[in-house]
Amino acid sequence: MWAKLTATEARRGLLMISPPLIYVLIMLAFPIGAIVLFSFWTQDFMTLDTTFTLQNYREIWAQPIFGALLKRSLFVSGCVTAVTVILAFPVAYFVSFHVKPSRKSLWLFLITIPFWTSYLIRVFLWKVILGYNGVVNSGLVGIGVIDEPLTFILYNVNAVIITLAHAFAPFAILPIFVALEKIDRSLLEASQDLGESKFSTFFRVTLPLAMPGVVAAVLIVFIPTIGDYVTPELMGGAGGKLVANMIQTQFLALNNAPLGAALAIVAMLCVTAISLMFVALNRRWLRGRS
Amino acid sequence: MTSLISLSGVNKYFGDYHALRDINLTINQGEFFSLLGPSGCGKTTLLRTIAGFEGVSSGVVMISDRDVAGVPANQRPTNMVFQSYAIFPHLTVAENVAFGLRKRPDIDKSTAVDAALDMVGLTGFGHRSAHELSGGQRQRVALARALILKPKVLLLDEPLSALDKKMREQMQVELMQLQRHVGITFILVTHDQEEALVMSDRIAVMFDGEIGQMDDPETLYRRPNSRRVAEFIGKMNFMDARVTRSAAQIDVDVDGLGACTIDAEQAPVGIDVGLAKVGIRPETLAILFDGETTVRETISGVVDEVVYYGDMTYYDVRIDGVDTPLNIAMKNLIGRPVLDVGEPTTVVWDARSLVLLP
Repeated sequence: MWAKLTATEARRGLLMISPPLIYVLIMLAFPIGAIVLFSFWTQDFMTLDTTFTLQNYREIWAQPIFGALLKRSLFVSGCVTAVTVILAFPVAYFVSFHVKPSRKSLWLFLITIPFWTSYLIRVFLWKVILGYNGVVNSGLVGIGVIDEPLTFILYNVNAVIITLAHAFAPFAILPIFVALEKIDRSLLEASQDLGESKFSTFFRVTLPLAMPGVVAAVLIVFIPTIGDYVTPELMGGAGGKLVANMIQTQFLALNNAPLGAALAIVAMLCVTAISLMFVALNRRWLRGRS
Repeated sequence: MTSLISLSGVNKYFGDYHALRDINLTINQGEFFSLLGPSGCGKTTLLRTIAGFEGVSSGVVMISDRDVAGVPANQRPTNMVFQSYAIFPHLTVAENVAFGLRKRPDIDKSTAVDAALDMVGLTGFGHRSAHELSGGQRQRVALARALILKPKVLLLDEPLSALDKKMREQMQVELMQLQRHVGITFILVTHDQEEALVMSDRIAVMFDGEIGQMDDPETLYRRPNSRRVAEFIGKMNFMDARVTRSAAQIDVDVDGLGACTIDAEQAPVGIDVGLAKVGIRPETLAILFDGETTVRETISGVVDEVVYYGDMTYYDVRIDGVDTPLNIAMKNLIGRPVLDVGEPTTVVWDARSLVLLP
């Protein structure tokens, strides 16, 4: 009886998750499998040589351009993550602690407004803002702060960081906001009651309890920015290209899909390793405190 | 007894809402003081005013003869046990208890934490994390965390309301013993009249932001100064009456019971000749069962309702000349039957248990 019941329950469960499971298999597992497979093949001019080889990985290791691009990608992602999370925290804190409860959903709604336009258009808008004759430069020249337009804010790494930090801001604000919302306000009063000022209460109670949200924000921003293609393509100029642009070049312009696939795998492994390290460090830090 | 806390003319507004109305009270050193009232009466606001979480709109709050206006909670010699206990979830029990010791280098941390945990009966719980604790244990951690700082006043905001009945009764006794042991002034906020009566040296009963009556538990119960105090604390039967003479002795004619003479002390707020209300507690009335005799006054009535509690039975007995039946509490002593609705019966009463209110 019990076995029969669990069997039908298991079947029902399988039935329920099968549509998303099939979707995930088709859209995620197969493409990744294909990329992994490709990375062990080689391109022989117009034909694909399907004998197993580590040739692509050796090439990535040997040629300094790939390593340099990967390092730059990690650096840019790191900067974007730091800027985004550090700027997102005060916003999330303000909405959670200083906005009336009845107004909070309005504020969250406002924070999502950038999503109403497409990512591509937002990147173009930043071009308008940061360009040689853009809003920032003409404004600063107009009020006489600078004589010549600034050139370090477009077509380089800085422009990529600024644009990505803006694009990912809501992704950082929302998890931090949720973590702050979950903090029982009587804990903050208890801390003050036990002798801590509002300022030290933030560091002893609020921040440790908001850490899960901060960790989530870091991962949500860091992981996708490493592989971002559009922003460095449009904003990065020659010196601001990242690993994703090289992958695209390999696949299309150079017609070397296997090398591109291997690059993608290496980038993915880097992200995975760094994210796992970050989570592990955080766990230890959090556990060390409690 | 020296006064430790005094509030004079304290008013508090939240926007247009008048949360505290002209509060005047003095709480003594080492006293167990309770603020009792229905929800929304302002008792928690009053406690938070003493703790420093709320400012006052007007009036003066003094702690140890010092005006504490503008002094934030972290600089007041008060500590609080919150209704939710507010145990820090990211810290262990020991770290929770030691939380307030950061700015107290004079106290040796580990010895003090162990002593505080011993005091509340949580020896050896230091390494546990907050989510491993039961409700009663969380409450003990909150107590230890506050008492370790040796405050002048411990403020307790409905600390027992989240516990089940058995646990609550046990903690009532433990809290009283703890208070006697440490000798610190306790101020308890509660809506449970029984809890307040059991634990307190003095009780302030609050309604709508005002203090209705402030007295020791026995006076409060036996000589309530108003109908709402009488009805909030226990049950009381009320009857219309006419006062014919008001001097050292009061002559009063009570509907349904007849004329009698009582002491002036039985009219807590004084009484003039004319119409009045007479209150009598259900347990000071009795039913005369077959074979029992009494030297007290009797009156005949008819059982209107029977509520059986096991150890007690509550009867509503209808008597001539009174609209609402009298509520009578009888212990189910040996040989006493439980009467049925509609049975004729004899009610025993005594003029000494009457309370006369305007």
